[in-house]
Amino acid sequence: MGLVLLAVIWLITLIGSYFIVAKTWWLPVGASAAAASIDHHFTVSYILMGGVFILAQLTLGWFVWKYRDRGAAAAESAHYSHGNTTLEAVWTVLTIVLFVGLNLASHSIWAAERIDPAQPGAVQVEVTGMQFAWYFRYAGPDGKFGATRPELEDASLGGAGALGLDSNDPASKDDVITGVMVVPVNREIEVILRSHDVIHSFFVPAMRFKQDAVPGLAIHMHFTPIQTGEFELACAELCGLGHYKMHGIVKVVSQEEFDKWLAEREAEKQ
Amino acid sequence: MATHEHAVHAHAAPQGFIRKYVFSLDHKVIGLQYYFLALAAVFTGMFLSLLMRIHLVWPNATIPFFGDIKPEQYLSLLTMHGTIMVFFVLTTAPQGGFGNYFLPIQIGAPDMAFPVLNMLSFWTTLLGFIVLIAAFFVTGGAPLHGWTGYAPLSALQSAGPGEGLGADLWITSIAIFCIGALMGALNFITTTLDMRAKGMSLMRMPLTVWAWFVTAILGLLAFGVLLSAGILLLMDRHLGTSFFVPVTTVNGVLTGHKGGSPLLWQHLFWFFGHPEVYIAILPAMGLCSQLLSVFSRKPIFGYKAMVYAIMAIGFLGFMVWGHHMFMSGMNPTVAFSFSVLTMGIGVPSAIKTFNWLGTLWRGRIRFSSPMLFAIGFVSLFVVGGISGPFLAQPVLDIYLHETFFVIAHFHLIMGVASIFGIFAATYYWFPKMFGRMMNETLAKTHFFLTFIGAYCIFMPMHFTGMGGLLRRYSQYTEVQWMHSMAGVNKFITFAAFVTIASQFIFLFNFFWSMKKGEKAADNPWEATTLEWITATPPPHDNFGGVTPVVYNGPYEYSVPGAPKDFVMQTDPAVGDMDQKKGKH
Repeated sequence: MGLVLLAVIWLITLIGSYFIVAKTWWLPVGASAAAASIDHHFTVSYILMGGVFILAQLTLGWFVWKYRDRGAAAAESAHYSHGNTTLEAVWTVLTIVLFVGLNLASHSIWAAERIDPAQPGAVQVEVTGMQFAWYFRYAGPDGKFGATRPELEDASLGGAGALGLDSNDPASKDDVITGVMVVPVNREIEVILRSHDVIHSFFVPAMRFKQDAVPGLAIHMHFTPIQTGEFELACAELCGLGHYKMHGIVKVVSQEEFDKWLAEREAEKQ
Repeated sequence: MATHEHAVHAHAAPQGFIRKYVFSLDHKVIGLQYYFLALAAVFTGMFLSLLMRIHLVWPNATIPFFGDIKPEQYLSLLTMHGTIMVFFVLTTAPQGGFGNYFLPIQIGAPDMAFPVLNMLSFWTTLLGFIVLIAAFFVTGGAPLHGWTGYAPLSALQSAGPGEGLGADLWITSIAIFCIGALMGALNFITTTLDMRAKGMSLMRMPLTVWAWFVTAILGLLAFGVLLSAGILLLMDRHLGTSFFVPVTTVNGVLTGHKGGSPLLWQHLFWFFGHPEVYIAILPAMGLCSQLLSVFSRKPIFGYKAMVYAIMAIGFLGFMVWGHHMFMSGMNPTVAFSFSVLTMGIGVPSAIKTFNWLGTLWRGRIRFSSPMLFAIGFVSLFVVGGISGPFLAQPVLDIYLHETFFVIAHFHLIMGVASIFGIFAATYYWFPKMFGRMMNETLAKTHFFLTFIGAYCIFMPMHFTGMGGLLRRYSQYTEVQWMHSMAGVNKFITFAAFVTIASQFIFLFNFFWSMKKGEKAADNPWEATTLEWITATPPPHDNFGGVTPVVYNGPYEYSVPGAPKDFVMQTDPAVGDMDQKKGKH
């Protein structure tokens, strides 16, 4: 029985570590400035924890086989010991260093991503979630978002109507509202996240970006796309029966294309 | 003290079926009642997960007797699956079931401190379960807001089907459960502190008792908060308050709320929710420590370290709830503090793992079925544990939050590992509870199928999670990057079929052995703790009018010079083992 257990535990370890080493499944290609450092920290954690996994399972499998009860024939009884304080101290300290050290090593990335605000001059995009769609708003030439009023919201109107944009506010005149998020490459994007109804979460895997959109809050976050192309986004917080289809596209284009696109949207409004 | 206790607690053995088996004051009967409730709940919850797995890979399939699964029904299934499993299985079986049955016996007490309260706590819990299941049968069906019930989704009746009466029943059920759990917690704490037999000092208590005791303290502090949160949520839904809901519109209609904070619900929920994880796993940790020692025929490695680790986990368990909220909009500096504390709680868990391996080291391992599940527990605990440090780091959680990586993590550690604890406990204590042994061949078959099956289900979920597969999606057909993982998802579903089917081996073995199993001796495993000195099954007052006196610690195996390789806790002949410990 000890041998069977050893075989099963080691086989599970072997298969598990094969997928870890072979990277059969991995994070999608990163397309934001932060992706490289986040992925690096992920890889470091993966190697360390993968090592712990392999060592612990191999030891477990080996021990259950080696220390199996060999019946009355075996002269030696089990070793009478209540433990070893030195060993306890060693592995406690090692674990503290490993776990807490690993975490502290990631603080600078977290600070850059979440604690530090966006740089002045970042491209501002307001992202609003509602059951079950995303709307993206650009402030337009005046650089100011017009006022929105909950009592004016009507999702069936789409665009400005869905956001409840107050047309009496002069700042709202040049606001551009779209269903696709278009952003320029190599510019910091400041996202202002809002929600009308329940909690949604704005998740763009390629940008390594995720943040809940919470009703009652305007959450400022930022990321910098470094690659052009179309990247899927999806809602990552359970928001109701249409949660599974609340997805969309982030389109990263050159600065010129972005300016041209925004100007065209402005022109359409006239 | 002892005479006083007897006057109060040693109530006379009841006569008649109702007093004896239904409204019983006997902690052993109540323990079994909890156990059977959990057994009914676990098969219900498992059936729901089966429907979910089928729907995920064949979204258009019609299920016999059930019909098509609509998106909102899928969400109801996952809500009810999570709620049933967390509350009525993982909290009910290890603590309410085995804790009730064996805590008093293991400390040498005739019953719980408050037998009537004990009976009440079971019947309250049962009522909670009935109210929860009723949510399936009301207009709109069961709620779709997930077991975490995040507001405003859970606070607004208009937010979706199931958010009407179904959601009210869900909240009410949890509130009722909390009341039952609070009564139970008081009882466990008082019993452990006041009812220990002579000689049963705190540091001679089996680690199972330590685990139940600390779990009860966690329950006392956590369930009260959840109960309050549930009441506030009901008020938001019906009395026009706005604790959790700011100005919101659903489909362009103003809800009439203003000024509330959705994050407040999350703080209150997870202040309960994180300790709850330890409420589910601590008893399994205590039990597996016990079993590794019994079946290795060796003292537990580092008894004191184990006790302090349980306390540390209990203490730190209340300081890490914010790690569920890294992406919630909470202050990022606060998030990082929670993260450091969370990595800190990994330390006592790692200490326990090292000590389990240390217990096996140079032992003489007997591979009885309880031991197989205990070894399986260690393996699963390690795997479930090492994904923790990924999720505990906010930098990595940015990507991994709400993906299947999280599903893999918490299912392995608080789900499967805890359930392995429950299985181990069942196979270990079945002879004491029912007077017969369970069939070993069936038990071992059950172990290997479940062990390999659990890995086949949950190991691949780490990888789909890394691929960005999001949880709580009723279909993966809409988003390209998720659609591409259909193959792995199918494999997981097939693995679930096999694993679920093999649970019927357990069920059969359980009921068959109750009637037909081999008659059990009083101490079939040659273990040292007090439940093995009494008759099988134990008499009404546990020790047949005798009050045991304890001379030894709980893990005196293979003591040099002792006549047998185990020394009962009540054995005075070998002398005080505590004295000898210093020499080793």
